[in-house]
Amino acid sequence: MSITYLEAIREAQAKALRDDPRVFIYGQDVGAFGGAFKATKGLAKEFPGRVLDAPIAEDAMAGLAIGAALEGMRPILEMQFADFSTVAFNQIVNQAATMFWRTNISCPITVRLPCGGTAGGGPFHSQTMEAIYAHYPGLVVLTPATVEDAYSMLLEAVAIDDPVIFCEHKFLYYHLKADSLPTEALPVGKARIARVGRDLTLVTYSAMVHESLAAADELLSEGWEVEVVDLRSVKPLDTDTVIASVARTGRLLCVGEAWPWGGVTAEVITRVVCEGYDLLDAPPQRLNAKDTPVPYHPNLWSAHRPTARSIAAAARKVLQR
Amino acid sequence: MVQTVIEPTSAGDVSATRDLYIKAYRFMLLARVLDDKLASLYRAGKILGGVFLGRGQEALSVSIGVGLRERDIFAPLIRDMAGRLAFNESVLDAARTFLGSSLGPMRGRDGNIHRGRPKEGQLAMISHLGAMISVVNGGLFARRMRGIKGTVGVACCGDGSTSTGSFHEAMNQAAIEKLPLVMVVADNQYAYSTPTERQFACRSLVDRAVGYGIPGYEVDGTNLTACLNVVGEAIARARAGEGPQLVVANLLRLCGHGEHDDAQYIEPKLKASDLGRDCMKLAEAYLTQQSWADAATLSKWRAEAVQKVEEATAAAQREPGPDPFAENYWAALSTENLLEGNE
Repeated sequence: MSITYLEAIREAQAKALRDDPRVFIYGQDVGAFGGAFKATKGLAKEFPGRVLDAPIAEDAMAGLAIGAALEGMRPILEMQFADFSTVAFNQIVNQAATMFWRTNISCPITVRLPCGGTAGGGPFHSQTMEAIYAHYPGLVVLTPATVEDAYSMLLEAVAIDDPVIFCEHKFLYYHLKADSLPTEALPVGKARIARVGRDLTLVTYSAMVHESLAAADELLSEGWEVEVVDLRSVKPLDTDTVIASVARTGRLLCVGEAWPWGGVTAEVITRVVCEGYDLLDAPPQRLNAKDTPVPYHPNLWSAHRPTARSIAAAARKVLQR
Repeated sequence: MVQTVIEPTSAGDVSATRDLYIKAYRFMLLARVLDDKLASLYRAGKILGGVFLGRGQEALSVSIGVGLRERDIFAPLIRDMAGRLAFNESVLDAARTFLGSSLGPMRGRDGNIHRGRPKEGQLAMISHLGAMISVVNGGLFARRMRGIKGTVGVACCGDGSTSTGSFHEAMNQAAIEKLPLVMVVADNQYAYSTPTERQFACRSLVDRAVGYGIPGYEVDGTNLTACLNVVGEAIARARAGEGPQLVVANLLRLCGHGEHDDAQYIEPKLKASDLGRDCMKLAEAYLTQQSWADAATLSKWRAEAVQKVEEATAAAQREPGPDPFAENYWAALSTENLLEGNE
């Protein structure tokens, strides 16, 4: 048996619906159609009245989920593309994220954001949104990179009493496969050492984990052993695991698919420099997408985001200092 | 099936009509007295942040509060002191939130009109008021999923919020889902300083109901009887399963946007028009005319309201403000093990 990242997301939602009567799914085309990416395929039929099509109204979709969460429900919202969640931004960051702090009542919503670039997606179907959501207090932001994490972290997201932004990467949907679904997993908030190495710590998350692992293969042929840390969740961010790795390697490169200004890579470097400056043998570096909208044409798109080749090039600069 | 709250058709209904009117008037009075007290405290420098009054909008507001029942949902606007009190809010909750007491429902974390007790059906508004409507939808949607029947939700906004995308999204959503939502729009002629001709171009905001495929009602917001009738009927229809209802009340805000605002922009001719009449004075005249209350009774009711307000505001002023070191004010998540350090 083999299961894809996308199928894992569907299976996690099926399990959540099966196990918890408070769970429902709301989003555009998620009902009989099964979702733009088929992440809810067959669920409307299996769980009548609990997988519901929404109008094209992301603000009202998020507001409805928040109101339902206050009534004790556990809504899962599917934004058709992460990019469209900007329409719901006010509800997510001002309503959901402030709810517990203001009223002492938690707001357990899960917002699924199909994130990241695929060739041909263009500026409005390719964005990665983790940095702007992580900026706001009151949100948990998850960025699973593996089939196993897509499954276990989505189930955990639904169980968490606070609003969770679940950034699932579209590039991983179909080609990433696992033999089976996990029965146990690291908890949210713990990073994973995806590859052990002694020369450089490469901190990354989501689809960039796989580009980074490929870069590490390339660098191994040159004699460098790169340790790859998969953050798994960007908020909370597992600073301890990152710093422990930097303590072993003395060198740091952070890679993210998001835009360079601020963001997760800047945050990781800040924490390492502030808390572990003396551990560093070279200035830490980071690699992000270019500071432009995400291009449509594959030639431009593949030069816009970090790739195994550009990551390896950035790593050499840190390694050769 | 459709019930009107006030419109006596037989002798037996007269006392019910009178009792409801008096109940509503007394909450209006309590709200007016409390609002006036908060305005005084603001001018005395005892209140930080804004103070926003419901002066001139009490008849509309109270009609919502007396029409709601326990377990209903209410998302007020900033001028709904009367409706809040008539629904289920205590004078002390209001006083504590304006005066920054750590014992109020918001514990000093949020203030003034941004208060609520969501578990008791009072939503705590964010400033982007149009965004509250879909939250009411969500509560009603959840209840339907859970098989809870007979409850309604009322969301309130002014003419300004009807221009927002979230208003439209939420009204359309409620209509699609046939939710028991009553949307009450207080068209008070100005959104802060912006007059309605710079806010919308339709004849009346009630015409928007047609576009959503829901019933709409227009009411004279200065007339308590009319408000009790129209709001009461809208709530009854929603409760009976007839889907969302839109009520648009025409009135004039008889104060600034907040107490910081002298509202010089309000046209004198609007103040002199029927829209500018004070609903409190009209209600008092009606009570007297119906022989439901004489001058002595009215002043006794006022004295009782003043007493309640003075007790609550005095108590709240004696209470401690929040101590930044006394509890964990710096935790924005309820899941403690997911908090990052606040070093």
